[in-house]
Amino acid sequence: MSSTPSPIRSRPPRGEALIEWLIRLSGFSAVLIILLIFIFLVREGFPAFVETPVSNLLGRRWYPIENLFGLLPLLVGSFLVTVGAVFIAVPLGLVTAIYLGEFAPRWQREILKPLIEVLAGIPSIVLGFLGWVVLAPLIQRAGASTGLTAFTGSIILGYMALPTIISITEDALYAVPEEYRDGALAIGATHWQTIWRVVLPAARSGIVIAIMLGIGRAIGETMAVMLVTGNAANIPDFGASMFFQPVRTMTATIAAEMGEVAKGSLHYSTLFGIGIVLFLITFVINSLATWLVGGTPRRSKQQL
Amino acid sequence: MRYRTLLYPLLLVGLSLVLLGCRASDTAASTNEPNQPTGQTIQNKGSDTLVNIALAWAERYREIRPDVSIAVTGGGSGTGIASLINGTVDIANASRAMKDSEIEEARANGIEPIEFVVAIDALAVIVHPDNPVSQLTLPQLADIFTGRITNWQEVGGWDAPIVIVSRETNSGTHVYFLEEVVRLGDSKNEDIFAPQTLLMPSSVGITSELGRNVNAIGYDGLGYVTEHEKVLAIAVDAAAPYVLPTVATAADGSYPLSRDLYMYTAGEPTGEIAAYLAWIHTPEGQAIVASLGFVPLPEE
Repeated sequence: MSSTPSPIRSRPPRGEALIEWLIRLSGFSAVLIILLIFIFLVREGFPAFVETPVSNLLGRRWYPIENLFGLLPLLVGSFLVTVGAVFIAVPLGLVTAIYLGEFAPRWQREILKPLIEVLAGIPSIVLGFLGWVVLAPLIQRAGASTGLTAFTGSIILGYMALPTIISITEDALYAVPEEYRDGALAIGATHWQTIWRVVLPAARSGIVIAIMLGIGRAIGETMAVMLVTGNAANIPDFGASMFFQPVRTMTATIAAEMGEVAKGSLHYSTLFGIGIVLFLITFVINSLATWLVGGTPRRSKQQL
Repeated sequence: MRYRTLLYPLLLVGLSLVLLGCRASDTAASTNEPNQPTGQTIQNKGSDTLVNIALAWAERYREIRPDVSIAVTGGGSGTGIASLINGTVDIANASRAMKDSEIEEARANGIEPIEFVVAIDALAVIVHPDNPVSQLTLPQLADIFTGRITNWQEVGGWDAPIVIVSRETNSGTHVYFLEEVVRLGDSKNEDIFAPQTLLMPSSVGITSELGRNVNAIGYDGLGYVTEHEKVLAIAVDAAAPYVLPTVATAADGSYPLSRDLYMYTAGEPTGEIAAYLAWIHTPEGQAIVASLGFVPLPEE
């Protein structure tokens, strides 16, 4: 860009070109790093998909010391915990953001917003510990056979995804131009109609991104989940009660077993195989988000 | 502009300072080193069950004899024994006795393995203190842990589902329990833990779940059991006597879930290796065994 000499700056500063080059490099480095991570995952994890029969990988038992590598219970475990977290965090997060952005007086917003950002800073292991010591006994007392269930994990993960969802949704609502609200109110819409019919649709791309980032946080979380879900590689019977049974997530499996596995063994590559599956799931979620938003996010003024 | 002309020299100075710092700490480290290689290094490898005790022994022994260093690695009993047969370790750790085939292999390599029992491992089967069940047979335990029995009523308790708690699969304790209880010591048996088994990453996970869940059953090393859990008396079968795990019943073998832990040397040990093994058998060495939740050897 700076190669074309402008009449004002006859000598393009060398330092500027260097900085420009560095910025370009860091832009590409993200792509490069993701590519390298994927190559590494595939190199370490590919043998699992070649050497283990598909019937074993699709089996219902995960018991690596007897070479039972059924991924189904782990997929179901991650799915249940994440779905539960989404059902808890999305409604709560959206309503909180709408209150903050559209109803709360200025002084309340100024107290609540920083507090919510503090929530985002709590280390996940601390939340996991709380879940283990406080939440699990409560859930057990409520009637589950053990307090370490998918639902316990969902609550902790939902709580963890909340600040992300609230902050980004609030920012998206804030980005909706004031004229839209003024216009809607001027043609006789109520406050609620304005929010539901005008502000929320205008902010939808930001809201979708908020939800997807929240889901991303939930599915990738490890330590807290490992503490509170019981880690039983079990496929619960279908029904509402399945949320109240112990499960084992993919992330917790990698974390629990990677430490002691022999490098290069089938178990080792299968754990990397789980990493590939996780990577693909996140990739699909992100692509889905981009598709739902409709290509690259545009400025909200052009959207209605 | 003036800042930038200053920036580069400053960066250079900073960088060289960092490099100098590295060099300085390197030389500092290397001046300390000559103490180390003068003494003998004992290579010690094998059982993961034994690895914590072996590490604790090695650390304590280093305080007593700073000139002898002991390199401890895990990898499993089989790995340790294989290394002994190949002559690459001085002491092999094993949570099982060497098989006859392994001894023959060693002899074929000109190595006569010498066996030392160094500690005893006893597993306690534990439940919540309020649980009315106080004794079980091994077949009953196998049925519970494989999920064939799912209600406490079937073993004389109240009408409530059984919650199974276990260590993670990479734990040596898990494997021992799998072989001796779930499979009742039968090598052809291919039963495994029920899928509903809660797998805890640590002993603390087991004790905390057992402390608050009246329907839970689990197992752990005897030394890890606290007063918040009830220890069950175990019988080999319904006709045999029920025995509670204690240091005495574990040591005399009357408690069924106890086993000796071994160290093997290549030939009769001499010099520093013999001194180390002798120290392990002293009350000081055995106190470390007890502090890690294992059963010390009975005093002769």
